[in-house]
Amino acid sequence: MPASVARRGMSDLAIRNWFIIPTIAFLIVFNIFPLLYSLGYSFTDYRASMNDPVKFVGLQNYRELLEDEYIWANFALTAKYVIMSVVGQVVVGFGAALLLNRPIPYKGALTTVLMLPMMMCMAVVGLFWQLLYSPSWGIVNYVFFTEGKVWLSDPEVALLAIAITDIWMWAPFVMLLSLAGLSAIPPSLYEAAAIDRASRWFVFRRITLPLVAPLLLIAIIFRTMEAFKTFDIAFVMASMDETELVAIKLYKMAFQEWQTGRSCALAYIVLLAVLAITNIYVKYLNRLKAR
Amino acid sequence: MAIVQSSLSRWWNRGAIALVLVLMVIMMIPLYWIGSTAFKSRADTTTVPPTVFFKPEITAFIKLFTARAQERGVTDPAAYAKAPWWEKQVMDGGDRFIKDADGNIESSGYGARFLNSIIIAVTSTFLAVAMGTITAYGFSRFKMPGEDDWLFFILSTRMLPPVVVAIPMFLMYRVVGLVDTHIGLIILYTAFNLSFSVWLMKGFIDEIPKEYEEAALVDGYTRMEAFFKIVLPQATTGIAATAVFCFITAWNEYAFALMMTNKNAQTAPPYIPSQLGSGLTDWTVIAAGSLLFLIPVALFTFFLRDHLLRGVTFGAIRR
Repeated sequence: MPASVARRGMSDLAIRNWFIIPTIAFLIVFNIFPLLYSLGYSFTDYRASMNDPVKFVGLQNYRELLEDEYIWANFALTAKYVIMSVVGQVVVGFGAALLLNRPIPYKGALTTVLMLPMMMCMAVVGLFWQLLYSPSWGIVNYVFFTEGKVWLSDPEVALLAIAITDIWMWAPFVMLLSLAGLSAIPPSLYEAAAIDRASRWFVFRRITLPLVAPLLLIAIIFRTMEAFKTFDIAFVMASMDETELVAIKLYKMAFQEWQTGRSCALAYIVLLAVLAITNIYVKYLNRLKAR
Repeated sequence: MAIVQSSLSRWWNRGAIALVLVLMVIMMIPLYWIGSTAFKSRADTTTVPPTVFFKPEITAFIKLFTARAQERGVTDPAAYAKAPWWEKQVMDGGDRFIKDADGNIESSGYGARFLNSIIIAVTSTFLAVAMGTITAYGFSRFKMPGEDDWLFFILSTRMLPPVVVAIPMFLMYRVVGLVDTHIGLIILYTAFNLSFSVWLMKGFIDEIPKEYEEAALVDGYTRMEAFFKIVLPQATTGIAATAVFCFITAWNEYAFALMMTNKNAQTAPPYIPSQLGSGLTDWTVIAAGSLLFLIPVALFTFFLRDHLLRGVTFGAIRR
């Protein structure tokens, strides 16, 4: 590097490369390479539990998966779960933000406490909610006066019960983002509306909602992606067909039934779905930036 | 908000504060329940209606770290008389310790799992933050062809469900012998946190004015010296916040640990639920294990409160 000798030390170009390339190389080796590896296996009948010779089967795994009505049921269930938990989080979180957006004593301490659940381990939270949901001695039935209600072993409500736990954990996240949006609205807008004697509903619809919308949407997109990936909490809390989300199905196929080839194919279908959601997210973020 | 204060809006305010309090209480009940169950006696966990006030004891924490079995026969009075107080507490609950040939009490797996969690979370956090900081500096200060694409690539590695990545990683780890090893999990968590750390640190470093370094360069510092002596000290808060977020993610991670480890390198999250299967569920022990596991995170959340929003949105929101 003769050019850099004149100025002591490494050239800027060398520093840039030394700073950036190792990280990218690391991520390629441990993220992209495994995905290529599993793409290869998705076209075979490989079973990691056996030493049988691996046979190339072409698109058979993909065809069978897409024709399998149970897999579609898993996806439908996941969609249902995503809607329940995200809608719940938005209603509770945005509602709480509207309530908290005023001078309240100990507001900082209150919000810090509300943020505790989302920092916790999902598996431990899910486990503990089993005790809270217990039909005979669980606290949930006492708080909501639903004595003797079986939550987690009732196929009808188990998924809802899991979603409620998720709402408990993540509604504060939506609240936090909404609060950030609400506190950024210039007070002068509200003063002008007060002078015009605008109704509360009018103020909410024409001032509050449009100005919070961008941040609220970010929260919704974040939570949708996370809810789609849900594994820990549902896996720990219940184990029946009615709570078998896509990620759990994938886990069982790969690590319990050892249908490695097929599970790689399903993983790719999930991956494409995630990429589609991510794409929408990035498009939206860019539009937001452009504003 | 400077709304004209009418008596109507004053009532509106009071109603809102009352609602916030109700919400707070409901949100707090599960937290209180984890904390209190850990100090209950086993009998108090299964009462109808649930026990809210009780005489606290620490039996659950003794049980948490020791291997026990249910006493099938009658407890030997002589052995009971000789036993220290903490053993008596376990015996009172109808259990006995499992002892080896020399009479030493065998330990449960919890201590070892907790230690694994610490080793793996701390090491992977250090690696992810160190690599993330320098990479973020590179992206922040130098032009890179296709910069946005690279940053998106880095972010996208975090978007995949863990199970999707775990299947091929498991197959590869099996070939190279990294299944159920500390190094295996450390690598996975580092890769997982690295994208996060790059994004968050880039935001923090972008906020440090370039002029500081440029002045240092004029004074004869090399780029490296400027980075270490000017930029790093300025970025301390950002580095600390990023480190805590990476630590919490690695500490709480469940899916990879479940699939990649079973004993040697197993961390606490997959271990605590697996205790449910062993005999009759003793919720006091599970609560004690959960509580010990949640305390570090609770402390960190408190220290992090000003940066939380930024952390949980990958730096998309700055405040």
